[in-house]
This record gives sequence, C-alpha cells and structure tokens, in this order.
Amino acid sequence: MSTYSYKDLILFGEGLKVYFSLARSLTEALTFKKGRNVRAVDGVNIYLPRNKVTCLVGESGCGKTTLGRSIIGLIRPTEGRIYYKPSKELEELMEKEGVSKREDFYDITDVSGKIYKLLRRELQIVFQDPYGSLNPRMTVKEILEEPLIIHGIGESEDERLEMVIKALTDVKLTPPEEFLNLYPFQLSGGQRQRVNIARALILGAKVVVADEPVSMLDVSIRAEILKLMLDLKENRDLTYLFITHDLAVASIICDYINIMYLGKIVERGPTDEVIKNPKHPYTQALLVAVPQPDPKGRWVIKEVPIKGEVPSAINIPPGCRFHPRCPYAMDVCYREEPPEYLVGKDHYSACWLHKEKK
Amino acid sequence: MPLLEVKSLKIYYFTLRGVVKAVDNVSFTLEKGESLAIVGESGSGKSTLGYGLIRLVPPPGRIVEGEIILDGTDLTKLPESRIRREIRWKRISMVFQGALNALNPVKRVGDQIVDAILAHESVTKKEALQRAMELLKAVGIDPRRVNNYPHEFSGGMKQRVVIAMALALNPDIVIADEPTTALDVVVQAQILNLLKKLKQERKMSIILITHDLSLVAELADKVAIMYGGKMVEIGSSDDIYTDPKHPYTKGLMASIPRLGGKKELYWIPGNPPDLRSPPPGCRFHPRCPYAMDICRVKEPPYYNIKGVSVACWLFEEKKSGG
Repeated sequence: MSTYSYKDLILFGEGLKVYFSLARSLTEALTFKKGRNVRAVDGVNIYLPRNKVTCLVGESGCGKTTLGRSIIGLIRPTEGRIYYKPSKELEELMEKEGVSKREDFYDITDVSGKIYKLLRRELQIVFQDPYGSLNPRMTVKEILEEPLIIHGIGESEDERLEMVIKALTDVKLTPPEEFLNLYPFQLSGGQRQRVNIARALILGAKVVVADEPVSMLDVSIRAEILKLMLDLKENRDLTYLFITHDLAVASIICDYINIMYLGKIVERGPTDEVIKNPKHPYTQALLVAVPQPDPKGRWVIKEVPIKGEVPSAINIPPGCRFHPRCPYAMDVCYREEPPEYLVGKDHYSACWLHKEKK
Repeated sequence: MPLLEVKSLKIYYFTLRGVVKAVDNVSFTLEKGESLAIVGESGSGKSTLGYGLIRLVPPPGRIVEGEIILDGTDLTKLPESRIRREIRWKRISMVFQGALNALNPVKRVGDQIVDAILAHESVTKKEALQRAMELLKAVGIDPRRVNNYPHEFSGGMKQRVVIAMALALNPDIVIADEPTTALDVVVQAQILNLLKKLKQERKMSIILITHDLSLVAELADKVAIMYGGKMVEIGSSDDIYTDPKHPYTKGLMASIPRLGGKKELYWIPGNPPDLRSPPPGCRFHPRCPYAMDICRVKEPPYYNIKGVSVACWLFEEKKSGG
C-alpha cells in the first residue's frame, strides 16, 4: 500500500514487531497468569530510500531505538520481515545460499552466520552516547583497527594502519597521526563522536543507523557533526536512519520523517510535508510543544493540546493507542486501531479523523 | 535595591592537577519576580555558579572571592549554620539537575516535602502535611497522591514534586538547573507552563540554568551567557535574541536548529576551553572569527551597549572609532 517506489529503496521492513517478555512475578507464576510483554515495536513498516536521510522521531520509550536496532539485525524482530538490497559481492553469496528474495531485495531477517557477518559490514550504527560507546582502555587506533581484524581486512598491520588513518581523515580528525594513540578520555565529545562515525564507516557501510548522534553534544558543535554526516552521505552514497527526539534537528537534516508513538509509526512522509502540514493529532501536539527561540513566548502559557504522558508499553491502550491523550478521540478510536490513510503526496497518517474526510 | 546582587564572584576548584577557575569574576543582579537565565555549554561554570548561590559548591571547590548580596546581607560572609537555618531553601532553593533521581525512593513523596518544612519551621506534622498537599496541588498533582512513592509517578510528575519541594518554604528565589533535560517535549512544555504560572502568581524570582537557548526564550526576562567561566554578555532577553552582541552569543544563536527555519547548519568551530589552562586574553579568542591581537593577550572589560553588558574588545574599537 505504499507509494514508495521500491526501486528507490535500499532497505525496508514490513510488519515489524519486537516484543520483550517480562519476568513473571511470583504471584503471576502461582496464579498461572500469562507472561506479559513490552511491545516496544508493534507492527511497523519502515522504508529507507537510498542515499536519503530518513528520520525516526518520537518521545523516550516509543521504541525508536529498538526499531533502529532491529532493522540492522542487532535485535531479532518477533514478527515481520526486513529486506535489503546488498552490494554486488554480498548479493552473489546470498544468491548462492538461496536467501529468499522479493523483487531485488533479499530477506535478511534470519540469515546464516556467514552472511550475517558480511551484512554487518554494510549495516552499521552510531550510538547516542559518545562517552559510553568507546572502550576507555583502547586507543583510537585500536578502536578503529578492531573491526578490520575481526573481519580479516588488511594483510598486515601497516595496511590496516593506513586504513585507520584514512578513516580518521574522512571524519576530519586531522592530522590523524596525532589522534592515533589517544585514549577516549583525551578527546572532546565531538571528537569522540567522530571516532564513532569512523568506526561505523571503516568497513564500508551502506546503511547507517544514527541513534541520537548529537543529543549529548554541546549546541555549538552539534551542527558540525551533522554537516560531517551529510557530507559523508554524499561522498559515499550512504543511507541514514536518523533517530532523534528533536523535531527541529529532524526538520533540517531529514528527507523523510516517521513519527513514532508507543511502538507504531503514526505519521510518515516527506519532511516538509509533515512539518508544515501535520495531519496526526500527535504530530500536531509535538510541533506545538517544541520551544521556540523567541523571547515573546515568555508571556504566553502555551496550551499543548494533549494531556498526560506516554502510557507504558506493557499496557498499550486498546483501539488507537493515542486515544487516551487525543483531544479528538471518537468512539471508534476506543475500539479499533486506525489504518494508514494517504493524506498527501507520499504522506500517511494513521488516524480515524481522515476517514470522515473521505 | 535589587533582591540579589552578585559582585565579582570567583569559585575555583583546587584539584591535584591544577586550579579550575569554574566561575571567574561574575557579576549580575536579580530583581524580585524577575527570571534570569544563565546559559552556557558543558564546563562553562553555569552549574557551579548555581551551587555557589546557595553555598553548596562541592569540594575541592570553594568561593574564593566576591559577594552574594541578598537583601543587603552578604551570603559569602555568613557561617554555614546561619545559611542552613535562614537562607538555603527558605530564601533561595534549587531544583537540581537530574531531579528525577533526587527523590528518596523508599519514602513517600509527601513525607519528603514534610521533612523539608519541619527542618525549618516549628509547625506540627499535620500542618506540614496539609501544606505538602497544597504544594502538590499548586504544581498540578492530585493532592491525594501525597502518600505515593516516587516510583508510582511518571518522569514529569517527579519533576513536579521536586519543584513543589523547592517551593515548600516559599522562597524568594528558585534556581532551576536544567529542569527539563530528561523530559520529553510535551512534558517539557507542561513544566515550562508551570514555571511561568508560578512566576506570575507568586512573584517568584527564577534563575534558570541551561544550555538550551530555545528553552530560555520561553521563560527568561534576562539572559546571561557564560563561556569558560566568564560571563560574556548579559542583557534583557529581547536585546539578546534580537541583537546579540558578543561573537559567542551570535554563534550560539545561529547554531539553534529552528523549526521551519532555514535549512542551513551553522556551528562555532573548535572546542570549549579546558578551564585548568584557559587561553590567555579573551577565552573565546581561539574560536572567534573576529579575533584581534589584543584578544590574545588581554582580557576584555565589560562595555555597556544600550543596556547590554558585553565583554568583547570589538566594542572598544567602535568607541574610539566614533
């Protein structure tokens, strides 16, 4: 039902669900209650157009990180399939192993260890926390060399060193020789995030999941890292899934936006469409809530149309999961989950309000 | 006379690896009912300044010099016992950063507020509990939840409880250190509304410490920009937002991502200084696009440009030039 033309995509997931089972408490075990699940991702279609930046925006706990990790195989989805158009080299191998296919895409949801390892080179991630994601006991050189060793790339140490130096130059840590023997604590937050990006790209990544890559950096240097990521995308034909909670950042760097709420994508479409013409009540509320750098705002009490906070992903409300907070909730919202309606060019919103308009 | 006047305050940390000048010669004033935002990046000294105002600078830091004058009394001269009895929480209270973890998990929220009241005032426990319920109501929490434990509250509600605690003794000044960083935008907007209401209804003075200039615009009457332990610019928020003067302020303003704004990315090249060995002269000169010779050797004084106080040599030139 998507109007995304499959030929523009590099990776997509359909019907994705990721559930985490909770440990049963003693009373639950004794009363033979069924174990409960955290429905982190609960039926999501996600499409990544090649060489574009696709954003996943949502509040904490909405499942955006879980979804991001699941599409590159770091978490196995409970349900749903993930399809990927691999590089030539990997394609031959997948063809030989008989990986199931859909048009030009290969199903990578469960693949053999051998293919998984090769996939890992092409599907990479940049983590949020530049302080926690680098081993404090390894030097920059060791951090960047490790993936090369694991994947058996480079004949000799000298050859690998050359690759490490190239990777550092690519992320503008120059002169690279000065950084090789530094430990993470000797780097600033921005420099660490550059090392993280270099590590994600050193094996020749094609798709990079960037999980809030700048949210822990100072405001004055965030844009520098974003610009670097966009330049790398152009130069290396990368595709990003950019995970963020910051709509302002998303509006600047993303080509497509997906708004996620409690395990579901409630609205998706081209960035300008979604930002200027939001259709889902949740997206509308999020946009109102974004603080604006205009000092006149201090005189007004800003009415955010939605109340309360995100419910727990263990007890997802029935019907439309947004209905307890929605100012427009109707009877049908309490009973039935809304389908996605096409509300503009490539622009979808999952809300019963659009049915009436039809 | 202003409610609070800070004069040439210096707070240094005496570490084994050298002296860190976290707050270096900072001065400002705060009127009753006014909100001041102290804006800076990590390591700019903004939180240390906040701690300094309630005399809670963690060792090895201490106030080296300067005055903090509240209603004519210099707080730096008072003994700790008097600060604890008369000033801290009673006159100036603080909403700490990471407030979500600031509540005691094994104690009912009501009792935690009651503790704060009983420590300062000779009222009965029953009266204190009554006040705790009123406070919860004031921050938008159902007073019947006074006997709940913190884990029964959501993040935004915990933040409200922490704010209620800061209001327990009806202080003149509340310092809010990054009060919304861990919260989602919708909840953040609710907390901002709460602070706006408290300011209007209670004529409370607020000192907001944050790195987020968008947030500041939503609340502050006056903005002070800190860089490397120095206050580089201070003025009314209208002036600072419409006509920033210091090159650092200009850079910061341009770096804010705006919804529906231009799709350009701007940043300030370089990294914030290491306060153990800050650059000589103006601390911003290594990152400043306008740096001149004098910036590298001599610290700039404050210039008063139409009510805005700014520490930058650029304005010396303008003076002599015209």
